[in-house]
Amino acid sequence: MARKGSLAARLRSEYSQLLVPLIAIVLIVVFNLIRDPGFFSISVAQNNLGNAVLQGNLISILNGASELAVLAMGMTLVTAACGGQDISVGAVAAIAGSVFVKILRAGATITPLTVALGIVSCCLVAMLFASFSGVLVAVFKIQPMIATLILYTCGRSIAYWINGGATPTVDSPIITGIGSFIPGVPVPTPILIVALMAVIFGLIFKFTNLRLYVQTVGINQGAARLNGINAVGIKLLTFVLLGACCSVAGVIGVSRLSLINHETLLLDVEMDAILAVAIGGNLLGGGKFKMVGSVLGAYAIQALTITLYAMKVPSTDIKAYKAIVIILIVAVGSPVVKEKSAQLWKKLTGKGASGRIRREAA
Amino acid sequence: MKKILVLALALIMALSAFSALAEITVGIVNNPPSESGYREANVKNFEEVFSADNGYVAKTAYTLKNDEQLQYAQQFITDGVDYLLISAAETTGWDAVLQSAQEAGIGVFLFDRMIDCDPSLFEAAVVSDMANEGDLAVNWLLAQGLDEYNVIHIQGAMGSDAQLGRTGALDAQFEAGTMNKVVQQTATWDEAEAKKIVESVINSGDAFNVIYAENDGMAKGAVAALDEAGITHGVDGDVIVMGFDCNKWALRELLAGNWNYDGQCSPFQAEVIDSMIKTLEEGGEIEGLNEKGQIINEERGFDAKEITEEDIETYGLGE
Amino acid sequence: MENGTVLSMRNISKYFPGVKALQNVDFNLRRGEIHALMGENGAGKSTLIKVITGVYPKDAGQIFIDGYEGEVSIRSPQEAQNHGISTVYQEITLCPNLTVAENMFIGRGEYKTVNWKEMDKKAGALLDNLGIPARPKQQLGSCSLAVQQMVAIARAVDTECKVLILDEPTSSLDDKEVAMLFKLMRDLKARGVGIIFVTHFLEQVYEVCDRITVLRNGELVGEYEIENLPQVELVAKMMGKELEGLSDLKAGERPANTGTPVYEAAGLSSSDARPFDFRIAKGEVNGFTGLLGSGRSESVRAIFGADRVTGGEVKVNGKSVKINKPFDAMKQGIGYLPEDRKRDGIIADLSVRDNIILALQVMKGFFKPLSAAEKEKFADEYIKALGIKTASADTLIKSLSGGNQQKVILARWLLTHPSYLILDEPTRGIDIGTKTEIQRLVLKLAEEGVSVTFISSEIEEMLRTCSRLIVMRDRNIVGELNGSELTQEHVMRTIAGGVE
Repeated sequence: MARKGSLAARLRSEYSQLLVPLIAIVLIVVFNLIRDPGFFSISVAQNNLGNAVLQGNLISILNGASELAVLAMGMTLVTAACGGQDISVGAVAAIAGSVFVKILRAGATITPLTVALGIVSCCLVAMLFASFSGVLVAVFKIQPMIATLILYTCGRSIAYWINGGATPTVDSPIITGIGSFIPGVPVPTPILIVALMAVIFGLIFKFTNLRLYVQTVGINQGAARLNGINAVGIKLLTFVLLGACCSVAGVIGVSRLSLINHETLLLDVEMDAILAVAIGGNLLGGGKFKMVGSVLGAYAIQALTITLYAMKVPSTDIKAYKAIVIILIVAVGSPVVKEKSAQLWKKLTGKGASGRIRREAA
Repeated sequence: MKKILVLALALIMALSAFSALAEITVGIVNNPPSESGYREANVKNFEEVFSADNGYVAKTAYTLKNDEQLQYAQQFITDGVDYLLISAAETTGWDAVLQSAQEAGIGVFLFDRMIDCDPSLFEAAVVSDMANEGDLAVNWLLAQGLDEYNVIHIQGAMGSDAQLGRTGALDAQFEAGTMNKVVQQTATWDEAEAKKIVESVINSGDAFNVIYAENDGMAKGAVAALDEAGITHGVDGDVIVMGFDCNKWALRELLAGNWNYDGQCSPFQAEVIDSMIKTLEEGGEIEGLNEKGQIINEERGFDAKEITEEDIETYGLGE
Repeated sequence: MENGTVLSMRNISKYFPGVKALQNVDFNLRRGEIHALMGENGAGKSTLIKVITGVYPKDAGQIFIDGYEGEVSIRSPQEAQNHGISTVYQEITLCPNLTVAENMFIGRGEYKTVNWKEMDKKAGALLDNLGIPARPKQQLGSCSLAVQQMVAIARAVDTECKVLILDEPTSSLDDKEVAMLFKLMRDLKARGVGIIFVTHFLEQVYEVCDRITVLRNGELVGEYEIENLPQVELVAKMMGKELEGLSDLKAGERPANTGTPVYEAAGLSSSDARPFDFRIAKGEVNGFTGLLGSGRSESVRAIFGADRVTGGEVKVNGKSVKINKPFDAMKQGIGYLPEDRKRDGIIADLSVRDNIILALQVMKGFFKPLSAAEKEKFADEYIKALGIKTASADTLIKSLSGGNQQKVILARWLLTHPSYLILDEPTRGIDIGTKTEIQRLVLKLAEEGVSVTFISSEIEEMLRTCSRLIVMRDRNIVGELNGSELTQEHVMRTIAGGVE
């Protein structure tokens, strides 16, 4: 009996935070279905390489949000452990993308080997840059936003030094395969990459104590230390993982168009990534986290953008509309609104479920 | 010992006097090459033309900040350069510096970007006419003689010179009704954003047969969306693709027939200024200025059907 | 009001929800005296001070101040200052990046505009007058802590100051600096200022004070001339034990410290603890005792590597080991329940289950997570064993009562099966039933061969559980009591020190 009750409590405590992003997505979906019942229809088309591929707004949303989703995963960890956000993810992704392109162009032709080499190197470089920020945050105890302001400011200049000011291109079927479609696979590769990253993080959470350590450090660093956790190391680790996410996002971004423009690659993505974490119901002050929430948040943001595009809202105005929706989402998730709505619920149902638990606990 | 010292000193003085006689000193104030591919080509162009081989001593200063540019310009005036070449970060605040250059007898040339001041304060300004670039492109498009023009218009960062000039010509067509605006969106020069815009049009099922992107990167983004949707483009394709800036890779797309048109925005102003300086040095006068004191940089558009390898080598930016 | 009295408080009461913080407390301060306000944690010292300085409104009672007719009401710190009451707090509340003179004068509200030259001159004169070794134009942050403290005092006394309250001014000063501060205090006393001195250093009280007021549990114990109250009696009064008629609850009948030493330290020191020697045998329960701030917590923190260890040799089971951080200690089988449960113990937003398995999980390692089933099993086992009252193992620990939170932390360390467990104030702020449970648990652990160091501010509790007590005073170990020495009286005498 106790087990049953605890399961319900567990579900509530574990997954209640996903409510906000899910509601946001449902609202956007419903809105679109009313506006255009065929909005989410998926069709199969023949692309210019002769492959059958899936196509439609749903695919565009899932595909377009890939970089953001990957970055949101890493951002969730940094936020949880450090109680602050990395605003240099776009710049680090630009550096990673530039390194990727540099390696690809170093050889005469682009082979699977050079691509693999490029991915590994740009991942290492991105982790290096991220750990620079990480050291500032973990060791020197600088606020994350301030520490990452450095790379936010100079990251794209560093990216420029790698390839020069032009927009070098890397045309190869392998790159197209990464950024668009693999022949024979109808799903855009970036979506598959997000799924792969999700699996990787899932495995990390399963086979290491990352979640427990990150949450402990984020909630109470002093107590974490007294329980033998290397808080500095954990914070640093979250930055390194975010760096890896940046490199993945950078590779996707470069591969989509087979070119690097260090000035525009994932420009302003950091704010969306932070927003995705917030919409996902994660506390920006650190502590407990749900990575799934952040990923849902990323898709919610992209769904909103695509909706606005489909409505032919001028993209100069899109930011304003986004802001309005974001205010709504964040307000709905705010403690004040939650408390008020809980009170309202109590009044309506005549009794509070949470009150019972509190009595039991006392 | 003392004798040797005196001798050495005399030698140095003689040498410097000699070099001062033989060479023209120019101070170049420009934006940093990291600003864009355009700027990189621009800086390279000036460094090549105003080199020692061509009889110049060039002092350079690259910064995005107007106040720093002003300081460098002032420093060059103090250093006593013969000519000052400026691509200003901002259009205002330059009067005092230009005045003191005039008083010091230093000739000033503006390039790429104008300054709000009296044309008498500079010898000449070599600039691009963005509106002309737009006109060239739109005229080319009209000349294609399509039955119907359904245009996806992808704009650059709103309010920039390039966006205003390149948008103007097309807007005129939309107003005149000769072309239909399927969608007009800014992607703020962002390739990925351009792809999303085109993707959304494809998803909505609206018909289009022209993509007018205000730079090469955005055109590439648009084409990526077409490729994924299986829509043909370029020469013999269903959709006409137009870009601007003439990056080498973009011109190669033209050569391959994937795109149809690319409009030039020439970063090559150094040769023009060089010849004007030579004219002045020989006691001649600069001719062909408009009422604003400008010389419009000669620019052209490339058609995929006519472009050659040689064009790519000559006019292409980057690698 | 009695002649020569500068501040008189009568029947002061102050209530907080569920707590009587002050009950009918009288307090008298004479002109030109240094008056110590003593009491253990929660005795009501700081509440009384906050009533005097207008931070808290009193709920009952009267305040009289020399020079004012009848009862005065003090409703804000500003009003307190207007009545000639100045306070210098333990943490310096000045601005380190302003100059000494600026710190002394700015923000006092008497100048509309600042005449910098005159201000520096006035500051210089005052500093000279009080013999404070600082220059007016010097940046405050560049002065030593003692001098900063003195500047704060100078700022306080420059206003028409009748009453100066010094709240733990010496806690971060070294001996030389304390001497400097005392000289200044005596000077001020000679000028007729009444000084209220709050400290936990007994020796300092006897060095500089004239009279002592002792509070306990929000009530007045008494007001004493210093020469009439020997140190040991002061301690007894603070702790609420009269010396005569103290009955021993339990003599240390168990043999102390005879088994094989589990842990030995020689000259161990940390950033917060002075060097000390210590050993504990298998199955022994010992205690560190002393007044608050005596260094007892700092010492055990040094053992666990909780603060930066600065020196010393440590042996565990006879083998030399280095313990520089908590993880090192954990690997040696040492567990530590910290003094401040909320700040250092619980991971508030995590479930009871995660809080229980935390230490064991960390010891197993980053790459060896416990399975969900194992976690479930361990948590359920200890929730049952310790009788932790919680709705489920998934409940967040922060929603548990204090006693149950403490049991969770205990469970966390028991789960690691430590050979040596350090419990710092495990019973503070928890109900009497849980207290007894914890004491029983400690004795049971000892029988099973676990060594335990037990710290409590309640001496009976320690006498009941410990077979050996290490007594600390003013950050030094001043005695070690075994067997028949383990009596309340003896412990208190040792804590108090001074004349035996």
